[in-house]
Amino acid sequence: MLNDIFIAPFADMFAAPDFLMQVLWEGLVSGILYALIALGFVLIYRSSRIFNFAQGIMVVFAALTLVGLHAMGVPAWICILLTLGVMFILAVVIERVVLRPLVGQPDIILFMATIGITLFLIGLGEIIFGGENKVMITEELGIPTDSVVLEPFGGLLILEQKDITAVIVAALLVIGLLIFLNKTRMGRAIRALGDDHQAALSVGISLQTIWVLVWFIAGIIALVTGIAWGARAGVSFALEVIAYKALPVLMLGGLESITGAIIGGLMIGMLEKLFEIYWGQPLLGGNTETWFAFVLALIVLLFRPQGLFGERIIERV
Amino acid sequence: MLYRTAGQFKTSYTADQALFPIRQDAYLLGIILIFAWVVFPLTASEFTFQTLLIPILIYSLAAMGLNILTGYAGQLSLGTAAFMGVGAYACYKMVTIMPWMNPVVAILLSGVFSAGVGVAFGIPSLRIKGFYLAIATLAAQFFLVWLFEKWAWLYNYNASGAIQVPNLQMFGVYIAGPQADSMVQYFVVLGIVTLLTVLCINLTRGNLGRTWKATRDMDIAAELIGINLMKSKLTAFMVSSYIVGVAGALFVFMWRGAAEPNLFDIPLSFRILFIAIIGGLGSILGNYLGAILIVGLPVVLNTLPQALGIPVSSAMVEHLNIMIIGSLIIFFLIIEPHGLARLWALIREKLIIWPFPY
Repeated sequence: MLNDIFIAPFADMFAAPDFLMQVLWEGLVSGILYALIALGFVLIYRSSRIFNFAQGIMVVFAALTLVGLHAMGVPAWICILLTLGVMFILAVVIERVVLRPLVGQPDIILFMATIGITLFLIGLGEIIFGGENKVMITEELGIPTDSVVLEPFGGLLILEQKDITAVIVAALLVIGLLIFLNKTRMGRAIRALGDDHQAALSVGISLQTIWVLVWFIAGIIALVTGIAWGARAGVSFALEVIAYKALPVLMLGGLESITGAIIGGLMIGMLEKLFEIYWGQPLLGGNTETWFAFVLALIVLLFRPQGLFGERIIERV
Repeated sequence: MLYRTAGQFKTSYTADQALFPIRQDAYLLGIILIFAWVVFPLTASEFTFQTLLIPILIYSLAAMGLNILTGYAGQLSLGTAAFMGVGAYACYKMVTIMPWMNPVVAILLSGVFSAGVGVAFGIPSLRIKGFYLAIATLAAQFFLVWLFEKWAWLYNYNASGAIQVPNLQMFGVYIAGPQADSMVQYFVVLGIVTLLTVLCINLTRGNLGRTWKATRDMDIAAELIGINLMKSKLTAFMVSSYIVGVAGALFVFMWRGAAEPNLFDIPLSFRILFIAIIGGLGSILGNYLGAILIVGLPVVLNTLPQALGIPVSSAMVEHLNIMIIGSLIIFFLIIEPHGLARLWALIREKLIIWPFPY
């Protein structure tokens, strides 16, 4: 028993390093996607203290809009622009209709409101686009679909080119976002709002504009995630469950930290794959990915209640 | 007019602190109880029992359990459905291992198991707070549902992986399983819900309830005035999980008749959280109002297009339902963030001073 837990899995890893690398690569790719969703959460949380549960459905909605527009015969690249337009309108509507009347309410109320948005978008998406699984327009967007075969340690390692593309695009997106947040006027305004609402308002930063902007950026991230994940698994409402995967990432990385979201995402992506392959399937009957990330994050939180990179929680009486 | 308080003088502190400070509240509750115990059973059809009365009661009970934890003790939980599952599976194991057991006793005992699991998952709350804790309770949610699926002993190694409620008798009457009569089940549910409601009202008004409220309002301050936070938080998890577990057992044994692990998935947790929040956090009455709205609304929306003669496909109705419920949640949060119970409190205030504005 102890052998199965502590020795056999590691022996397997050393016996087949190419398989281990394959597992790690798969984990890395899903980790990137978790990180992207978590990034959407973090941006909104930092600027408004709203725990945006709708990020997952925004991913689905963006991907559905893209595929749906293309099915109507619109060229692929114009589809992307139009989808961005839709995400912008969505951001404006959400700010106008939902968030503005709820300014200053307790966190849990805003959290519930985003679950309301989630339900609304699920219904709307199903009515407009239908519930069946769709194929992401991978080729039309110019994403290569071949795979690269490497042979490390005399083994076999297969990297899908669309996964490589996803990793590169995600990295570019994160770098762009960091530059935007740190170097531009708008980005600084977003961070100021996150630090102190009232102080930001008093120096003339518009709450409404920033919120629309932040939700729009979250929409862009959602679109990228939707394309990347849709290319791997097809576009359907089942995608929504990956939003739940972003939650342990947030816990692990800390709710306010962009670095935390990225590192947490990669860690969870790889560790849960490793656990599933080497421990979960042989010992526990598989499908451990549903809960492993949460339990891992829970254990980390017991030692660091604000996550690995979160702001230190200071409580005053 | 009906709510005029003229002539009701309070001459002692006990009278002032009474459960019903105004006589009319007691009358109103009496009328509601007469309806629930006498009028509904005499008039309701099979359809009404199965789609409205029984589920509303069960959902209110589950929401009440959550409300103890989130509304009174301030610990946000997203894992309610999993604890309902623990109750349901515990009850199933008990009645299959010990078939001679009185089913109502089994249902009440099954809460004990979920209380134990709840305390175990509540331990992190001593260190983790706010949204971090909410996500931590999701660990319970996903882990337990996975366990229901993989641990074959729990469902007696069924090929289907689902639990099927057997025919259970109490005093010679079938109260659960395919042969049970809806009205009997309704009375069982109503009895248990009434009992637990009385328990909750008393708990929340007593010493323990005040400890919880102090913890909710500010836990450091509560600690400073000598409240043992560990005791306060863990008892909240315990009581809450007990009630939720009983609700889960009722959910499967008195209503669904069978359950698969994914029944206890996260949408059910959210449904119960909606009921608790729309009804009003930190109120007992709110759970009932919320449950009536959340359970009743889809039924009304399903029958409405037919009644109006609009031809809509059933899939379309279902999607519209989701949309409408989503927007109604937002709507209610905007008009009254403190929930329907608060709305009733405002109406009651107005009624007391009517016809004067103040």
